[in-house]
Parts: sequence; C-alpha cells; structure tokens
Amino acid sequence: MNIVVCIKQVPSSSNVEVDPVTGVLKREGAKSKMNPYDLFALEQAFLLRERYGGTVAALSMGPNQAMEVLYEALYMGADSGVLASDRRFAGADVLTTSYTLAQCVRKMGKYDLVICGKQTTDGDTGQVGPEMAEWLEIPHACDVTAVDSFSEGEGAFIVKVNMDHSIHTVKLQAPCLITVDKDVNTPRLPSYLRKKRLGKAYISVWSMDDLPDQDESHYGLAGSPTQVERIFPPQVSDDRERFTGTGEELADRLYSLLREKKRI
Amino acid sequence: MAYIEVNQEKVTQENAERLASVCPFGAIVVGEAGLTIESGCRLCGLCLKADKDGVLTLVEDKPSVTVDKSAWQGIAVLAECDGDQVYPITLELLGKALEMAAPSGAPVFAVVTGWKVSSAVENLRYYGADRIYVYDDSLLEHFEPLRYTVCVTDLIQKVRPSVVMAGATSMGRSLAPRIAARFGTGITADCTGLAIRENGDLVQTRPAFGGNIMAQIVTPHTRPQLCTVRYRVFDAAPRREKPTAQVEVMQAPDGLENLGAQVLDVLAKPKELDISEAEVIVAVGRGVKDEAGLSLAKRLADILGAQLACTRPMVENGWFDPRRQIGLSGRTVKPKLIITIGVSGAVQFAAGMDKSEFIISINNDPEASIFNLSHIGLVGDLYEVLPAFMEKVEREGLIL
Repeated sequence: MNIVVCIKQVPSSSNVEVDPVTGVLKREGAKSKMNPYDLFALEQAFLLRERYGGTVAALSMGPNQAMEVLYEALYMGADSGVLASDRRFAGADVLTTSYTLAQCVRKMGKYDLVICGKQTTDGDTGQVGPEMAEWLEIPHACDVTAVDSFSEGEGAFIVKVNMDHSIHTVKLQAPCLITVDKDVNTPRLPSYLRKKRLGKAYISVWSMDDLPDQDESHYGLAGSPTQVERIFPPQVSDDRERFTGTGEELADRLYSLLREKKRI
Repeated sequence: MAYIEVNQEKVTQENAERLASVCPFGAIVVGEAGLTIESGCRLCGLCLKADKDGVLTLVEDKPSVTVDKSAWQGIAVLAECDGDQVYPITLELLGKALEMAAPSGAPVFAVVTGWKVSSAVENLRYYGADRIYVYDDSLLEHFEPLRYTVCVTDLIQKVRPSVVMAGATSMGRSLAPRIAARFGTGITADCTGLAIRENGDLVQTRPAFGGNIMAQIVTPHTRPQLCTVRYRVFDAAPRREKPTAQVEVMQAPDGLENLGAQVLDVLAKPKELDISEAEVIVAVGRGVKDEAGLSLAKRLADILGAQLACTRPMVENGWFDPRRQIGLSGRTVKPKLIITIGVSGAVQFAAGMDKSEFIISINNDPEASIFNLSHIGLVGDLYEVLPAFMEKVEREGLIL
C-alpha cells in the first residue's frame, strides 16, 4: 500500500497581534513546528504500513525551511519526502495550494491513500484535503477516526467518519483521501537511530518545472481566486458589568442576555 | 505571476532591517547581495505598507479572464435537515442571506439534498427563501461528499447563484471545498462577517492566526463565491406566518452509486462527558447548598444544552464526577459561554476558566472575586434568580 501524507510547517505560537496604529503584524519570533494534526496523519499511515506493507511518503509545500518537518516525518518513519518549493507558489490560497499538492501526488506515481491532518493550526480551515481529493478525482472522507480495514480484493477501505451527530461507516474505493483528527492515535517520536542512519537524504525538492502542469497561472497568487484585502485587530470588549436587584429583575436580565446571545 | 521586486539601489541598512522585521513569514532576508525575497513570501503586502523609501514594488499581472458577474445572481444556502427538522444553522444562513439580498432584491435559494425530505422542505418554506431546490433520492439518504457534490454542481450549473453558503458543520466543511475546487473558485471558512457589494462581490471576514487577527477576503474574479459559517454566528430567519418558498423538485444526476464511496452504516453518537470541549457550561460552587439548588443548575444546563461543571469542593463532597471539575486540579475550559452559580472564584478555579469567551456569574456576595473576571455579574440569591428565570422561560418560550 502506497500512502502519501500531507504535512505543513506552522508557527509554534499563534500568538500574533496587529499593531492597532500601524496595522502591522507582530509575531513573536519565527519559531515553527509541524502542524500538530499532521502527526496523527503520519501515525495513521505508519499503522497501515505495519498492517498492509508498502511505503509512506511525506509531502509538504513551503519555503526551504519547511524541510525541517519533512526530516521530522522521515525520522518518525516515513520512507521519503517531497517539498514543493518555488517562489511561483507564493501567495497560494486553498485552491492553488490543493492544486499544487495534487500535482505533486500525481507526479509521485501510483498511490492508494492520501492522508491529511484535519486542519492546520495557522490556516485553520480544513479545506485543503477535500479540494485535493477533487483535483485528484478521488473520493474522500473528512474527520476519520479509524481505518477499520483495507480489502485487497475490492481495493476499498472501510473507515469510521466522525459526523456532528453520528458516526458513519464508509467504504471508500482506493485511491482515496482521508483527513484525521488529533487524538485518534498516539504519534511516535522521531527516532534518533533513524536520524543517524538516514541523515539528510531522501527528501526531494520540486519546483513548478518538475510538475505535470507547468502553466504559471494555475499556481500561487496568480491562480488564487481569493484575495485578502486587509487584516485588522478584532474588537475585544473588556466591559465588566455588575447588576444588583431582586431575583425577578436579575432573572429578566439573565433572560434577555441569553436571548441576545442566541442561547435560548 | 505576481511577485515583489526589490530596488537594490534604495536599500539601506536601516530600511532593510525594518522591512525584514515587518515580514511575518521571515521571507525578507538581508544579506551581502542586499535585500532578497525568499519563497516563504505569501504576498501579504505588509512590507509594501511599511516601505517608505520605495524599495519594494509589487509586480502584478491582472488575471486576463474575469467572469461575467451579471450571469451569476442570488444566494444559495446548502440546507441540512433530519426528518422534518431543519437544523438551526440552515435558518441562520437563511437569515444572513435574506439580509444581504434585501438591498438588491436578489433571490435567495435553499438547496435540500437527502431522502424523504418532504416534511423538512415543507417546514423550510416558512423561513423566507424564494425557492427551495430539492434532490430527494435514496442514494442521498446519508451525507457522502461526492454524491452531494454532484447534486449541488448540477444545481449551480442550472441556477448560477453568485454566492453559495454552507454551515461549518461536518457536512459543510467536507462538501463546500470540494464544490469550490470543482468550479475553480474561492471559498472562505468560518466567516464571522458577510456583506455584498454592489458589483456582487462577497466581502468575507474571518478570524486568522488563532483568532488574534481578522482578515477581510474577497473573490473578485470567479463565481460562485463559497463560504462556510459556524453555528450561532448570525441571527436565524424568523418563521413567517405563511410559506413563501416555491418548491422545485430536481432530478438527481445518474450514477451516484458509482462514485467510489458509500455510507454503509450510521450510528448515533452517545453524548460524551468532556467539559473541555463544551461550548456552553454551567458551573456550580459551594453557594449551591442542596439538592434543590443542584436541580436548578441542572435545569439551566438543560435549557442551554450546556455541560454541568463544578468547583473542587463539589467533587470532594461527592456530588460530582471528578471529570466535571474545572480548575488547576481539574479541567481547563474555554467555552463560548460559562455561567457560574454560587462560585466564589478562587484563583485555582479561575485559572481553569478565565479564557472563556463570555462569563456570567450569579453570587449573593458582592465581594466574591468571581465578579472581577465576569463580563456580567448578577449579585443576588441563586435560589431567587434561577426559579424566576425558569418561570420566564416557560412563559416566553425558547427560540431553538
């Protein structure tokens, strides 16, 4: 079974503020880490490889610095890694990011399963997975809590999908894509022995020139349908109000407050 | 292909360092060759704003193809129903859609996909949409992303709505991006603000970077414009006296069973006891002295669909499961709303809940420290306030 796991490097802290006067983003340091959800995606892939054999390839897109998370994946147990890195990918929104990743998966050759984390901690949209599945023309399921089985004969996975009000058992024909939530397994730590043995090999860097589709207008900012017009600090109300009165008065206050907040 | 060009002649030590420090992605690097923009650049434009010396220029090609916006009209809401029940998120999306459509008189549609949905559709007719498109087929009984994508794609091609709204639910989060990719268009998740410009562009506001920053996003060159919205962000459309919506039954496209995915089984989820994930919490402290007080708190939690939680003494006296304890030695919670009842607000408790979005506290001691961190403090006897509140709820009813 050949599995591709999509991972992303995200800032260590989401502690960013906008200077209300200049509108400039203030971010504490430039520390980064692997998107925590992706650790569970990787572990899911390793568990499947243990059961069914095959390979696990990690795939990421980002600047050269994102090599770090690919090495982390490698030392955890991935067989290989690919970084899509090109200035022409800059400014990509969900559509072009998913397109670029899908192009990489196509170039990687035969695969049975793509696994993504349910979302990232910086973008926080959870949309890249389903969009990739669309570009790859394969079925997908979001928020998978377990991969029950893979039937070689049918070429299909049976997975459990966490819906708002129920758990769906879904049969997905391979190749397919799933996204996994955190806490569905216990991700292993990177192995020092693997690090010593593998060193800095096994990671390829691909630019647009390496991908099947070389039309620049399909990548990066040029291909992105959404535009961020501006960013601004959220309005926080730090109002503290205190009320005294009879039980009846306070009950009225509570009632209208909860109404206003659409809770009753 | 857009990029930022550096005019090396204007680079000075001072402005180079300033520009490098402004970049949130660390993509501006000062080196021996001057200033370089590396591939981490996301073209956010912050450096351009901070650039007072004309060092940087944004080189941008305008997309050559822009859609004919006038061919795309109206707002479509992807509805979610179960039996004859329409989920509140759908009514909230309709509420916002109707508000946005009002100035231009653009039509508002609801799209219902499922099986045996006629009673839900009948119910939905009272909520102000102009038309409801219905895909009713046994192959659509349970949500499956590809099958639903095929139906909604069919609808979008036939009706050409300018905006497509979905809930940020299990279904919406899985379905809407797939549709966006199919049409090669933009989608914005978890919008907290939406407005429509005269030219039909949807102005979408959403929190970014963990909610510390708001981003305003548009989709100016493609249609439809997709967005998802979380539960309880917008006001639900009120129920009308008479049904307004026409119902149009659509033929589900052929081949839904051959798309490579099939829901085999559906199991209702048991309610899990995990207060740290709860959206609403009612927390009780030692001010609740007896069974009567406890049952008042329980009723309040039931009304709000809230999880019941408590302070440490309430666990120690055996009234509560330890999994319900908030505080340093219990769980840390960050609900959208927490109502504390008879809680004094010891620092150990406060540390487990002071990041809550909205805090209401009821306590008869005006000096209780819980009031210092409460957005709304109600100084009064819980045994008077809560019964009066329950009476009012019974008298005036609930919305949801």
